[in-house]
Amino acid sequence: MSQTASSSLRAVSSKVPATATPADNVVLAVSGLRVAFRSEAGFTQVVHDVSFSVKRGEVLALVGESGSGKSVTSLALMRLTPPPPRSSLAGSALFRCRDGKVRDLLTLPEAEMQGVRGNEISMIFQEPMTSLNPVQTVGMQIAEAIMYHRDCKRREALEEAGRLIELVGIPEARRRLCAYPHQLSGGMRQRIMIAMALACDPSVLIADEPTTALDVTVQAQILELLQELRARTGTSILFITHNLGVVAEIADRVMVMYAGRIVEQGAVIPVLKHPVMPYTKRLLRSVPRLEIPSAEHPMLETISGTVPDPQRLPRGCAFHPRCAHAENGLCDADVPDIEEVSPDHFVRCLRWRAIAEACA
Amino acid sequence: MSHDDKPTARDPSAILEVTGLSQWYAIGARFLGPAQHLRAVDNVTFSLARQEVLGLVGESGSGKSTLGRAVLRLIKPTSGRIVFEGQDVTHMSRGQLRPLRPRMQLIFQDPFTSLNPRMTVGEIIAAPLVIHQKGMKRRRRDERVAEALTAVGLSERHARRFPHEFSGGQRQRIGIARSIMMEPRLLVADEPVSALDVSVQAQIVNLLLEIRRKLGLSLLFISHDLAVVGHVSDRIAVMYLGRIVEIAGVRSLFERPRHPYTEALFSAVPDTDPTLRRERVVLKGDLPSPLAPPSGCAFRTRCPYAIPACAAAVPELRVVGPAHFAACIREELELRSAGNR
Repeated sequence: MSQTASSSLRAVSSKVPATATPADNVVLAVSGLRVAFRSEAGFTQVVHDVSFSVKRGEVLALVGESGSGKSVTSLALMRLTPPPPRSSLAGSALFRCRDGKVRDLLTLPEAEMQGVRGNEISMIFQEPMTSLNPVQTVGMQIAEAIMYHRDCKRREALEEAGRLIELVGIPEARRRLCAYPHQLSGGMRQRIMIAMALACDPSVLIADEPTTALDVTVQAQILELLQELRARTGTSILFITHNLGVVAEIADRVMVMYAGRIVEQGAVIPVLKHPVMPYTKRLLRSVPRLEIPSAEHPMLETISGTVPDPQRLPRGCAFHPRCAHAENGLCDADVPDIEEVSPDHFVRCLRWRAIAEACA
Repeated sequence: MSHDDKPTARDPSAILEVTGLSQWYAIGARFLGPAQHLRAVDNVTFSLARQEVLGLVGESGSGKSTLGRAVLRLIKPTSGRIVFEGQDVTHMSRGQLRPLRPRMQLIFQDPFTSLNPRMTVGEIIAAPLVIHQKGMKRRRRDERVAEALTAVGLSERHARRFPHEFSGGQRQRIGIARSIMMEPRLLVADEPVSALDVSVQAQIVNLLLEIRRKLGLSLLFISHDLAVVGHVSDRIAVMYLGRIVEIAGVRSLFERPRHPYTEALFSAVPDTDPTLRRERVVLKGDLPSPLAPPSGCAFRTRCPYAIPACAAAVPELRVVGPAHFAACIREELELRSAGNR
């Protein structure tokens, strides 16, 4: 790496939101997160040097295609990746706990982590049917979460569960306490999952593709609900999705992930309106938009090739084999550093300036 | 085309004509007493012209997949009439249908479960030839497989590999290669891109458009994604609880939807432009149970424009514009278009 590049990294890293001691309004500061899984072939790194911070009350979206490492990132933060030696975690994830202390989620002893998980940070998953217990009433499942983390009686917990079910917009909340998951629709189940996740008033909610299995009309309801709850409770949301439309709808800031690295991040308007990383640009253009068609069946723009295999990542920028702007000897040499495009807009591309000039 | 006065007319250019098609399932039949009927598809009428792409949209449970399977006669409809290339196929037996099968094919949603994991890609793609053209020489068959693989953007050498060696997008290409092997005239694609990533989805959509142009086939494109359907289709039929509530050309439908459900679907689709966040028409509640649909218009329980008269009778599809039909009694409504959601 050249002298100028490394010094510019130092200059920029102070501006990249994740720093050693998180600012007061930051609830979670992730820095240099690396995740690797062990297989017969040795360790395969699937998350590379991921740094970001989640501010109080904000919705931060993590967007990427399958295999980009977005779900693994969230599982690592919840410490739900397989225990060593089957996987290894490196870096830090500083979390501001309710008692005001800052703890590193990646090194916290498991016993303490159990007090944080589901309590101060909670998670909702894509498939609400498989994440709920089919043989227990939804009321009891929510109450269980409350009783686990709080010192309270079953009756109080059930009452609290009723209040939560009402909070997530389910009519006839009291009656629904006794319902089993199969008696509820997909949207209702996802509301139950959200109620359960909010049971202990977490400061961060990780939502992993929470609307992907739902119909668009129900998706709109769930997005509206999450916005409302965020405004009411001040919970920060780390929203993981592959859907750029959903990002545009709900996020304050966004990170775009490709092959285990964040390639572009920042406030949602600059990143989605004026992306500079070729991958983000192409991804946005390949989304069919709901608009009155201009021509008879115009071809959609595509990204040629496929997402690389994490065991055989291309040298340098992992996107360069698919990139129209890649330069031999540059893009295939070193992994690009994060560079600042404008305040709160960062990119990992060596040629973004040249590309921006060429397009202007 | 003579779509102008009725959703179907006796139309010589139509490859498929569906009239009053219903697919009911008996649920909870007891020894004594009547069974309940789940009306998965209820009195659906439409036609598909040669080389036309008809998009079929609706939420899960709207009956769009059942309709797709019924028109291919993979299931036996409860009532109604299906005419394929001028032949009434409604009551045909399996044996009678067999010679027609090569001309009507299906593409499945899930490329992971619709390919036999123990067959090579070459065997999978050659299967239709083995079944329908028994006399064909091995050599000729291999040539045809190679041609089909090239046509879908794969290469000849992939024929010897197994499905698990391919990505989701590549598997979907294999499924498409198999379905075009017999040069069908009608292709029903049931959520062909829903399981794929956006960048791959765009590749497959383009491939389908290209194949449709090259082979001049008709396509019934089933999807819950209005943006994709709008991109692919010539006309769109919107389904709600087993019925078509609106059917029109894409431009006409997007510029001026005439059914409140269509408007709600438009409004629910999130756009990738973050500066366009807007007040949506968010539908309340879920799809009602198809076992006990609301009386009259099935959408009235979630419709922001419902009036008491909506409960009285099931609205029929009516002409509301050129080749544009909607099943809503409130014809005076000015609904928001797809561009101005």
